[in-house]
Amino acid sequence: MALEARFEYRQVRVDGDSGPIVAGFCAVIPPEGLTVMVGPSGAGKTTLLRLLNRLDDPDDGMVLFEGRDVREYDALELRRRVQLVGQMPVTFPGTVADNVGGDTRALLARVGLDPSLADREADRLSVGEAQRMALARSLALAPEVLALDEPTSALDVANKTGIEQLIRQLADSGLTVIMVSHDPRHAELADHVIEVHPVNREEP
Amino acid sequence: MTLTLATSGSVLSGPVTLGDVALSVSLVAVAVAISAWQRLGLEADMTVATVRSFVQLIAVGYVLSYIFSGHGWLTVLAVGVMVGAASLTSRGRAKLVPWSGAIALAAISIATAATLGVLAALRIVPTSAQAVIPLGSMIISGAMNTTSLVMSRLRDDFASNRREIEARLSLGQTSRQASRPWLRSALRSGMLPSVDSTKVVGLVALPGAMTGMILAGASPLAAVRLQLVVMYMLLGGTAFAALVAGHLTTGRLFTDSHQLVKSLRRVP
Repeated sequence: MALEARFEYRQVRVDGDSGPIVAGFCAVIPPEGLTVMVGPSGAGKTTLLRLLNRLDDPDDGMVLFEGRDVREYDALELRRRVQLVGQMPVTFPGTVADNVGGDTRALLARVGLDPSLADREADRLSVGEAQRMALARSLALAPEVLALDEPTSALDVANKTGIEQLIRQLADSGLTVIMVSHDPRHAELADHVIEVHPVNREEP
Repeated sequence: MTLTLATSGSVLSGPVTLGDVALSVSLVAVAVAISAWQRLGLEADMTVATVRSFVQLIAVGYVLSYIFSGHGWLTVLAVGVMVGAASLTSRGRAKLVPWSGAIALAAISIATAATLGVLAALRIVPTSAQAVIPLGSMIISGAMNTTSLVMSRLRDDFASNRREIEARLSLGQTSRQASRPWLRSALRSGMLPSVDSTKVVGLVALPGAMTGMILAGASPLAAVRLQLVVMYMLLGGTAFAALVAGHLTTGRLFTDSHQLVKSLRRVP
């Protein structure tokens, strides 16, 4: 049976310190292509993304991955299959090769970085290079899903366009790519768009 | 070698009497006067501290005399009370760590039992109340400081390095792997004070146990031997405490699914 949904949010509620961040959220993320979740800052987009690899769990409702509650998977196994890359790239101590692992040079080429960067100290990369390195590090684990949290918000215009093209390529290569963005322009890149609205705190 | 803890013939002319203590309050009066003159606002605190120290120490003196006069079975109880009080203090200093009281109790009691156990098993000190209570109190207070430091340091470091920890978790690392750099630095910071004080002992200040023995009339070399045992014992005690507190705290700051606990996930 062909799977219709890679992920499904079912009546998801996540509580913050002062009321729900997300409430009654329902959406389906198809297995193919690029899904973009758009919405204003503070609408809970990042929280929704963090539920996919279980950095967070819903306080009510559930998130299904390939038809099963994400909580039924081993968290470490789930995270290897569903790679989440944060808004600001994180570099670990050591060289780019230490960070990326695997066939570093091929992976760097895949994300549009010069393979000779492999021997450079990771903390000496520019933000744009570091963001690409973070993508390469995730791709090294051969994930099925790439979940990206505002991957271009920390970048200048030239880097933004480059990363957007890369994301499009990755989605076309057969990966499920999910991107969260407050930039409505990103909806144009997407195969599927999910609009995320802030929780109306006035509602009972 | 068994260290002789009892000595005879104080260098002070006879034992210190309550009258002597009363006279020494004149120095407190000087401190209060300086505080008032310089408007430090410490007069009330100093008065309270003076009264508290008097009451607490006199009470402890009576309790210890009672225990030492043939009620040695109370030793375990006395050490237990000290461990309990130290755990409560430690819990108060790391309120944001879940189960901080239980972690402190485990770390301090394991450190105390292990360190005293080694000293007793190797017959370095006798198992009498006169040895166990003062040495135990030193181990407990060292372990308490280390435990507080390690717990609050870990919590603060996890909060301020959340992005990096979650990036590691996202790459499939376990919570132990993802937190290892911060666990290491918390253990270091918990143990460094006792390492540093062991390095400079005798150069910067004459430590308490040694000072006490010399005042009580012991030969400086005997005092030094006891002090060395105390320093090495404190190193061992803080290492035990740091290790137990570090691992238990890390365990309590992550869920079983290798997530940071909720209070840390929401840190902006």
